[in-house]
Amino acid sequence: MSIAVNSATYAAMPIGRVPTKLTINGETRTRAIEPWTTLLDLLREGEDLIGTKKGCDHGQCGACTVLVDGRRINSCLKLAVTLDGADITTIEGLGQPGKLHPLQSAFCDHDAFQCGYCTPGQICSAQGLINEGKARTREEVRELMSGNLCRCGAYTNIIDAVLDVIGEQV
Amino acid sequence: MATAAKIGIGSAINRVDGVEKVTGSARYAGEHPVENLLYGYIVEAAIAKGRVLSVDEDAARAVPGVVEVITHLNRPHVAWTDHSYQDEMKIPGSPFRPLYDDRIQFSQQPIALVLAETFEAARYAASLIEIAYETEAHNTDFDVALDEKYVPKKKRSGYVPPKDRGDAAQAFADAPLKVAGDYRLAPEHHNPMEMFGSTVEWHGDGSITVWDKTQGSQGVHAYLASVFGFSKKKLRVLNPYVGGAFGSGLRPQHQVFLAVLAAKMLERSVRVTMTRQQMFSHAYRPQAVQSIALGADRTGKLTAIRNAATTSTSRYEDNMENVVTWGLMNYDCPNADAEYTVAQIDTPTSADMRAPGAATGMTLFEIAIDEMAYAAKVDPLEFRLINYSPIDAMNGTPYTSKALREAFREGAEAFKWSERSAEPRSMREGSELIGWGCATGMWDAQFSKTSASAKLTANGHLEVACATSDIGTGSYTVMTLVAADTLGLPPEQITAKLGDSDLPTAPVEGGSWGAASSGAAVQLACQAVGKKLLKAAGKIAGEPLGGAKIEDVLFEDGCIVLKDTPTVRVPFGDAMRAADLTEIEEEATAAPGFGDMWKGLHKSKNTHSAIFAEVRVDEELGVVRVTRIVDAVAAGRIINPKTARSQILGGVVMGIGMALHEETFSDHRLGRWMNHNFGEYHVPVHADIHDIQVIFVDEPDPEVTPLGVKGLGEIGIVGTAAAIANAIYHATGKRVRSLPITIDKILE
Repeated sequence: MSIAVNSATYAAMPIGRVPTKLTINGETRTRAIEPWTTLLDLLREGEDLIGTKKGCDHGQCGACTVLVDGRRINSCLKLAVTLDGADITTIEGLGQPGKLHPLQSAFCDHDAFQCGYCTPGQICSAQGLINEGKARTREEVRELMSGNLCRCGAYTNIIDAVLDVIGEQV
Repeated sequence: MATAAKIGIGSAINRVDGVEKVTGSARYAGEHPVENLLYGYIVEAAIAKGRVLSVDEDAARAVPGVVEVITHLNRPHVAWTDHSYQDEMKIPGSPFRPLYDDRIQFSQQPIALVLAETFEAARYAASLIEIAYETEAHNTDFDVALDEKYVPKKKRSGYVPPKDRGDAAQAFADAPLKVAGDYRLAPEHHNPMEMFGSTVEWHGDGSITVWDKTQGSQGVHAYLASVFGFSKKKLRVLNPYVGGAFGSGLRPQHQVFLAVLAAKMLERSVRVTMTRQQMFSHAYRPQAVQSIALGADRTGKLTAIRNAATTSTSRYEDNMENVVTWGLMNYDCPNADAEYTVAQIDTPTSADMRAPGAATGMTLFEIAIDEMAYAAKVDPLEFRLINYSPIDAMNGTPYTSKALREAFREGAEAFKWSERSAEPRSMREGSELIGWGCATGMWDAQFSKTSASAKLTANGHLEVACATSDIGTGSYTVMTLVAADTLGLPPEQITAKLGDSDLPTAPVEGGSWGAASSGAAVQLACQAVGKKLLKAAGKIAGEPLGGAKIEDVLFEDGCIVLKDTPTVRVPFGDAMRAADLTEIEEEATAAPGFGDMWKGLHKSKNTHSAIFAEVRVDEELGVVRVTRIVDAVAAGRIINPKTARSQILGGVVMGIGMALHEETFSDHRLGRWMNHNFGEYHVPVHADIHDIQVIFVDEPDPEVTPLGVKGLGEIGIVGTAAAIANAIYHATGKRVRSLPITIDKILE
């Protein structure tokens, strides 16, 4: 796998690196990270956790949404070295094929995606929203998930899926 | 006959590629893990027209990790004829050639590629490259370009010239009721969520594997073979997952050229992914102006249609769309004429974007139709029924089917259109004015020659394969359902493979022909497997099926079943064992003219829709909310109601964007798109989308395509923006003839 290769390539670079302790999907490790590497690029290129998507790299689309200490953030706007000690959950950490998270199942059942590219971000955002405890109504979920763009236009199905899960939890 | 439990064509099932997508395990083009990978970062031209005088790359090359900087000055040999660069969806002209010479044809043109061991090093080094230019005068102002609009000599494949009838000029002059005006559509960018990216794996033996964001793996395969001189066997292109495209991936985009160029030059694996800003450096929906003049008598019967449109193209290719034909086809009117021209601006060539031509031309036409209805003091829905044409009114040919009347009826009922008050500004709630509008949508029901294979193994597993793509459209699921339907197997026992240039031949996925075409090919391949199975069953001792012919049996629950005596069942495995077969593999090709379609050859083939929209407009602030949409669609047979509905939802949402949000602005002094990011190019977000109801009208049509499928990718967007514009007029009394209808236009 290229994960090791990429990590080795990163490690071999003669540039000042910062030891950073990160827990990613339950696995804690101290990594030597270049100070300019975003959490998004670290996840995708360094860890091969490609479920976290890059849609703009400017915090404008939400495709890169992950959970840091339970809160949803745009990982493209966060330099990885600033997260020392943080607990990061990506879509891969929420659920896996054969062991889906309720949101992942609900997205499948409601056809809450088409191309699937914004989907991990939508799901992480929805989990963050649930953690925040703010969303109760369709109107609230719609408003509070508006940072997650879906160009395929699956919005109504996404809200149905999220409400399905919120309903179950309430 | 199907049993109740049978899952097949018409079953609403979950997307078969869903689990991969919701768990993040689906890999898109720029995500395939490859050893010893180099990252490429594109440097773009800062001017719109001119030449590159010099490139200072010293600082870039000094960045640790940088391996190479490729420009036109040091690139390896590439093909030099226009012909070599012409792709499957070629447009007449001279296709753009990245890094070919010092010429700059549009702002943001790629002029260098920096290769480095890390993405960050490549990006940083790219920012250090200094380019000196010689500038030439450019024009990106479409209104200025209109002075030199023209009819291209060489027509684009698929272009349908409008056919005039009667004497429209005279009829318009004589008409007691008239509407005339210029209707406009802003340039739009596709902006799929996944940015264009390619990963090229260099195998070291002269062969490469390319994961590309494209709507057609074989189109890119042919392009790369032709441009770089790869033998076809040394090249494989894959696109198993595509993060949206909407037409932007019909033609090979320049990142795949650049990634392969670099891999060839450096003999290493390379990945190039565009940034969101760079996504504005290629395909866009052309800007359009449409001059529409309608005449009617006092009862609301149309007497004259005049329809002239111009769309933008580049200096180097004549992109043409079918913009003006839709209104002439759809309305019963004795006199009609139309003309279509293009105008050149210094941008990349405009491109097909969801329902190219119709999303522009039918939508703008439907705003004019609404105006005519008001002028005639006829309910806009009633006006459309008064002028309803059961046949294709431009070509004088019958349709294979046209259930638009039913769509109007079912849509109106669901929307409660009959409760509408006729006068503009007559409905309100608090500070919001409420408006209801309707429109007609129309698209082609197309079918393209496509091959597929089907392989049944003795354990009862079926694999169907076709080189088509699934850009979110649901092709994997469609192929699975058609196979399940044909051979009577549960979807869990079927694997659909697509997105690979090595698979049986398919065209690029676009134009809404995918499901009809790959579905038909899969059905033929599965039928061929069925015949082999039956033959194999003949070897079973005692011949339980008694020498039955293919028309005497059906395939159900993994068994061959006698139609007349359903208790006689032969499991597939038994038949294969009897004939000593471990697998049965068949390939088949579906092509136009096949089966019942012969009868339909001289008929028009179209999808139709009736769209109803409710808007609420804040009277003081001019803010528009689209609170309700009903889209009743007549699109023949529906393979999977679940994913089909999603296709329409997606088209409607993009139609809401067209109505209210989407517009790419050019700074004409710089000749550059200004709002090239998601912060400033607005697409609909969650908060913009309220209630959308999709209705599929019953429309059996055995003539249109082998499966009776008409396709759904485009029809959802066509007319949606008109229904919204018409609702805004009904709410406010303000007629806006240019899309998008932003707040300033409502308040001005």
